[in-house]
Amino acid sequence: MLILTCPCCGQTGEESEFHAGGEAHLTRFGPGSSDDDFEGYMFMRQNPKGVHFERWRHVYGCGKWFHAARCTMTLEVFGTYPAQTLEPPQDLRDEISAKRPGWSWGAVS
Amino acid sequence: MSKTVTALNGARFADGIADVAELPMQGMITLRGDLGMAALKKAVKSNTSLVVPDQGQVAQNDAYTVAWMSPDEVLILCPYAEVQAIIAKLDKALIRAHALAVDVSDARAMFQVAGVHARAVMAKLAPVDVSERGFQPGMFRRTRLAQAAAAFWVADADTFHIICFRSQGQYMFDLLCVAAQKGSEVGRF
Repeated sequence: MLILTCPCCGQTGEESEFHAGGEAHLTRFGPGSSDDDFEGYMFMRQNPKGVHFERWRHVYGCGKWFHAARCTMTLEVFGTYPAQTLEPPQDLRDEISAKRPGWSWGAVS
Repeated sequence: MSKTVTALNGARFADGIADVAELPMQGMITLRGDLGMAALKKAVKSNTSLVVPDQGQVAQNDAYTVAWMSPDEVLILCPYAEVQAIIAKLDKALIRAHALAVDVSDARAMFQVAGVHARAVMAKLAPVDVSERGFQPGMFRRTRLAQAAAAFWVADADTFHIICFRSQGQYMFDLLCVAAQKGSEVGRF
């Protein structure tokens, strides 16, 4: 069971109050992009054992989307941060580094 | 004008550990916009005499309740007959702003759970700490009760008010009745 804190309304709830929205920080490749780029955007996903970044929606609460960083092994939630970001904030990355030295996730570390 | 009725016609269940009742027609206005905007704060204040509540809070006086729903939304509860007049005043006050006031009175059902075991009834249904320390008067929580979306707050000591979609009114009432059935005290609160 994940305990998530919504950065939009500040409420802390368990995962049944939220809805998972898949991998975070995808770069969209639409019309005009190469087939390889589109395939990567459409189908290729991280499947890490450890640190992972995801999109979540506070579906039974304020209804807003946000990002969450968690560990797929222990279900520890490292933190949540607003949806209006292109990559995880530095302070959260530092915090994760303290707990999981040497972690990486795609191009992020 | 047609006669307005609530979802369950004022259903009531008083045969359990807490008193569950559907509340009469309640005026509800959804107001969306930048909650920090001076014009919006002023419009809410002049219509309800209440200050726009902080995140996760609810403000109430005898006639009105203003609840914080999300970073860009408040819910105004007012007497059913006043809804159109208040919306007209809000529209006028916010004509230059990016804001929206909508009458949602008939889209909702509202319930009350009262009695010394009211907290136990709520605790059975919502994934929320509803102990006296965890959920105090003045707090407002949008969450789920079993499988239905709902919002609730403490109206006064030992009384919870619950808002849900009107279409889920029967489900909500049944749910509350089961959670309040005789002999089901938890003894934790």
